[in-house]
This record gives sequence, structure tokens and C-alpha cells, in this order.
Amino acid sequence: MHQTFDATLEMNLLHANQHGADKNRAQLDSWGITCLNLMSSPGSGKTQLLEKTLQQLNSELQMAVIEGDMTTQLDAERLRRCGVPVIAINTGRACHLDSRMVAGGLLQFANEQQPNEFDLVFVENVGNLVCPAEFEVGEHAKVALLSVTEGEDKPLKYPIMFREADCLLITKIDLAPFLEIDIETIVANVRQINSKADIFLVSAKTGEGLDHWLDWIRQKTPASCC
Amino acid sequence: MHETDMTKALILTVKDWLSEQSGHPVVERIHLTVGQFTCVEPASLQFAFRAQVQGTFLEKSDLVIEETPLLAFCHPCQQEYRPEIGLQYACPVCQSPLEDILSGRELKINRVEFSQPTSV
Repeated sequence: MHQTFDATLEMNLLHANQHGADKNRAQLDSWGITCLNLMSSPGSGKTQLLEKTLQQLNSELQMAVIEGDMTTQLDAERLRRCGVPVIAINTGRACHLDSRMVAGGLLQFANEQQPNEFDLVFVENVGNLVCPAEFEVGEHAKVALLSVTEGEDKPLKYPIMFREADCLLITKIDLAPFLEIDIETIVANVRQINSKADIFLVSAKTGEGLDHWLDWIRQKTPASCC
Repeated sequence: MHETDMTKALILTVKDWLSEQSGHPVVERIHLTVGQFTCVEPASLQFAFRAQVQGTFLEKSDLVIEETPLLAFCHPCQQEYRPEIGLQYACPVCQSPLEDILSGRELKINRVEFSQPTSV
């Protein structure tokens, strides 16, 4: 004879990832480090934006990068040339960084550096507009990038990413005059889903708009005001 | 295929839960709630589950996925509305942006149905 029972679990399917993300954040807090998670589709300019950002903030802040890519160390090598420590994580077949991978990256960072001396860690997520939005890694804020070449409709098609973002950078605006694209429509589409995110128009190539982005980072990084 | 990772997490969670139970419970059904406004595709989750439970303690278990619609609340109108994913997220009446989500973001293991052999 068998008797059937019912047990209520009421547990988040991403419970394990969330728990890991909270631990990472607590670890970063104990070092006094702010962590920003940069997410976008491949080729929207995350690495070039980071290069310019690292160069411009190098004299003010101690920074490091956790660089996620499915394969290769190409981006990690580019960023190392900016003079900051870069921890490269190859995700293999996974299409996003999760909190366990970033925990491994933070452990390596702590072994190689003096984490207490750092102010800011950028996580450059795997280029992908879908999954990274659901997997917190322990960041203090999420930054989404959308380049003008990707089209106005992306915030409508990939709403979770744009809903979750604390800051949205519309990148490559130097190319806008050559495209049939209306930046106001991009902003309006984002605003349908997210009324709170700070939105900046930038070109890492010409430097246009970067000041606002750098000021936003300074505001998020307590160490920069002391 | 983040559904594969989620399935792994699901199997581990159920395994942990099972290890805390007395007797020899057999898991019959696992009930999930997956919101429509998530990055999770129920069919992929089902596929990943069937592939990963082969030869395990969950081989004969069913995965039951309940989908919840995206429901939002518009504060200016004091009304619920159903955004159309991919088309229109703002309130259709006053065009206020999507603020409070009432349902659609769930990714939850709700409950487990299991059987226990009873001593006669």
C-alpha cells in the first residue's frame, strides 16, 4: 500500500544562485568594494566602454574587472592593457555568469590582490540580452548597454534586461546620424518598462556623454567622495 | 540553455528536501510556477528535466509547470492591467510605465507530491 502526501516547498527556483549572490555581495561589502554588473548583447561596446572608463577613472579609483566570456581571453587582454587586474572567467557552454562563477573570480582576486585597497569591481557579463538578467552575481547595480545599431525595438523584445537595469547606456551614438534610428524612441521604449533607470547617451569612441556615466559611477562608489 | 542550470538546481533542491524526510518517500510530482515575464521557457525546462532525471531517483516523477500571466497595477488608474509582452508594457489607458508587477515574475518550486509505503 502507498499513501500520497503533499509537501509545500515555496522555494525560489534560483534559490542557490541568489544565496551565492548575497554571499558575494557581503564579501564585496566587507572589502568596501562597489560592484557593477555590465550586461548587453554581444558587440554593443561593453569592452570599449570599460577601456575608456578605466583610463579616465584610474587616477581616482582602485578598480578591477571580472571578465566573462564563453571562450578566449581577448577581452581580458584588452582590459589588462588599461593597467587594472582582470580576472578572466570562461563560462564554457554557459550563456551567462552565475554567482558561483563570480565567487570563484572573487576568490582568485583575493588571492592575487589586496582587496581592501580596491574601490570598484566591474563584472563584464557574457554578451547576451536574455539570461544574465535573471542571474544575480552579487552586484550593487546592474548596467545595461544598448547600441544604436541594434534597433529601437530591443527593449520591447528583451524586456527583462531593461526592466532590471539600474542604469542604461545607449552606446555608439556617434553612428546615429548614419542610421535610420530614433534615439527618442529607444528611450521611450525603455521608459515603458523602467521609469527609474538612469539613461545616458554615450560614445566610447568620441567620448561624448561619458562625463555623465563617470559621474554616475562616482556616486555609486562611496570611496570616491573621500 | 539556462533551463539546464535551473533543472540541476531543481534536482538538488528536491534531493536535499528528500534527505530530510523520514521513511522512503517516492516523488510523484514536482509543481513549479513559472511566470510569463521571466527568461524561462516551460517547454525547455520540461525537456531539460526529462533528459537530466534519467537513471536518477526522479526518473518516474512528473514535472508540472503552472504558468502565471504578466499582470501589472497602474497607480494613476488604480487598476490592474495585462501588458502585452513585446508590444505594450505601459498602461493602455493612461500610458504610465510598467511599475508594479502583480504576477509574471515567479520562478518557484511550489510543492512536491510524494508517496510513502504504508505498513499494513
